[in-house]
Amino acid sequence: MTGWLIFAVLAWIAGMAINMALARRPDGRWAGVLAPVVFGITLIAVWEGIVHGFGINQVLLPAPSAIAARFVTSTGILWVDFVQTVLKGALTGYIIGCGAAFLTALAIDRFPFLQRGLLPVGNFVAALPVIGMAPILVMWFGFDWQSKAAVVVVMVFFPVLVNTVQGLQDTDAMQRDLMRTYAAGYWRTLLKLRLPAAMPFVFNGLKIGTTLALIGAIVAEFFGSPIKGMGFRISTSVGQLALDLVWAEIVVAAIAGSAFYGAMALVEKTVTFWHPSQRGTR
Amino acid sequence: MSRSLLPVLTVLAFIGVIWYAAAVALNAPWAYDKAQRAGVELTLPALVSDTWAQDKPKLPAPHQVGAELWETTVQKKVTSKRSLVYHAWITLSATLLGFVLGTGLGILLAVGIVFNRTMDMSVMPWVIASQTIPILAIAPMIIVVLNAVGISGLLPKAMISMYLSFFPVVVGMVKGLRSPDAMQLDQMRTWNASAAQTFWKLRLPASMPYFFTSLKIAMAASLVGAIVGELPTGAVAGLGARLLGGSYYGQTIQIWSALIMAAALAAALVGTIGIIQRVTLKRMGMA
Repeated sequence: MTGWLIFAVLAWIAGMAINMALARRPDGRWAGVLAPVVFGITLIAVWEGIVHGFGINQVLLPAPSAIAARFVTSTGILWVDFVQTVLKGALTGYIIGCGAAFLTALAIDRFPFLQRGLLPVGNFVAALPVIGMAPILVMWFGFDWQSKAAVVVVMVFFPVLVNTVQGLQDTDAMQRDLMRTYAAGYWRTLLKLRLPAAMPFVFNGLKIGTTLALIGAIVAEFFGSPIKGMGFRISTSVGQLALDLVWAEIVVAAIAGSAFYGAMALVEKTVTFWHPSQRGTR
Repeated sequence: MSRSLLPVLTVLAFIGVIWYAAAVALNAPWAYDKAQRAGVELTLPALVSDTWAQDKPKLPAPHQVGAELWETTVQKKVTSKRSLVYHAWITLSATLLGFVLGTGLGILLAVGIVFNRTMDMSVMPWVIASQTIPILAIAPMIIVVLNAVGISGLLPKAMISMYLSFFPVVVGMVKGLRSPDAMQLDQMRTWNASAAQTFWKLRLPASMPYFFTSLKIAMAASLVGAIVGELPTGAVAGLGARLLGGSYYGQTIQIWSALIMAAALAAALVGTIGIIQRVTLKRMGMA
């Protein structure tokens, strides 16, 4: 018991010491990667130590080792849920929602009347608790993944729309005048100047959308789902007090969310390599 | 402002028309079904009036939702369990508590990150990573676990709101506290200002525009957190409970009125921050 507590305290001190040493080094290339990793490992070690040290009930807060063990033994279930929720629900909805928002943004940008009318409404809706639409959409589209995709479409639509419209206005008069001196028409100006200039904003919206998509797909399953899916598993396992399985699902969700976000960030880096925020850190 | 009034009204009118048309289209099968069983031929006016007045429509018409809203807010006593004001108040209290906690935590973390290089390097990536965990998805577990430990009622919901609302505050405040440029910081140094003085007289005032922008996002997120936090507790009280209850019993009108109430709440809260922002920044000479 006390051994584990001492272990937790020692782990904390060691982790902090390593990070202080890393922070003091002038060259930050490796430290920038190492410091958060050390911090994460420290947190997990302290968590393990505290759970064993204070004898916390495994039902309330499972130790990381127990979660890892559960993760390994139930990869089959986790994979089925992952396919159902992330690949079918979140990803489909994300692609449809972002595509629709992008096209709508182009239409809004073409017609100033729409811009003045739709943008305030869009901004308003973007601040609303859109997740509340979930029960309605589940009622309309049934219990399977189609309704989850619909929830995701509604959730990602407005952030992407607002950001894209804002991005399309990001060129200044001088640049547009230059395009006019080149005798470039609307479409050519759009393709060569305004869309590339809008990309940092578009990706901002797309990145916000990644986490929203996962949340939407999982929460929508609370309102009804077939007997698979991450949201279904979480809500039923909580009922059975199988919290180690819940935590395993959370690990999957966190990995999927980080990977999704990281993938978008990577695409952003290759598309907007010219933007100051991508060049500055070297 | 007045220039965009006409387009906005046009868009809103357009949405209204679509809504009524969609109500007819979505509710028509049930209306036809009823008519067939009653053995009557359904004329178009009869069809339209039926689809706009069903008890459990797939999509209630706006005036039905309006009537339900009027009935549950104005005509019921505020303390009644059927009053939407009562449920909105439950959600509002959790939202505000979570918002205050989250903003406090966010400011503390931001100050730490700006003044301590170790914290900047080790904590900041985890603040970002923490948001890739869909907290809303594990809200049920948090509520159940906290209930088991003996914490129930307002606090578990507020914790979820807090988790969602601290992130925008951290990101915005870190940006804001770092917004003074090298020239201004040098000026403070020539005045021999201490770190505390630089913080209170330069960094904190300079961060205010960023602060208010992130407060608006945090408030919206906090409300979402409170609503989702109410889902798993068995739908006792609050707007989230109204949503869940409505979806269990197919009470679409109840769902829509809860949704509109949530929207009004979000608009009011964010609008209030906007007003405070305008007044404060004006007094500070920044807007």
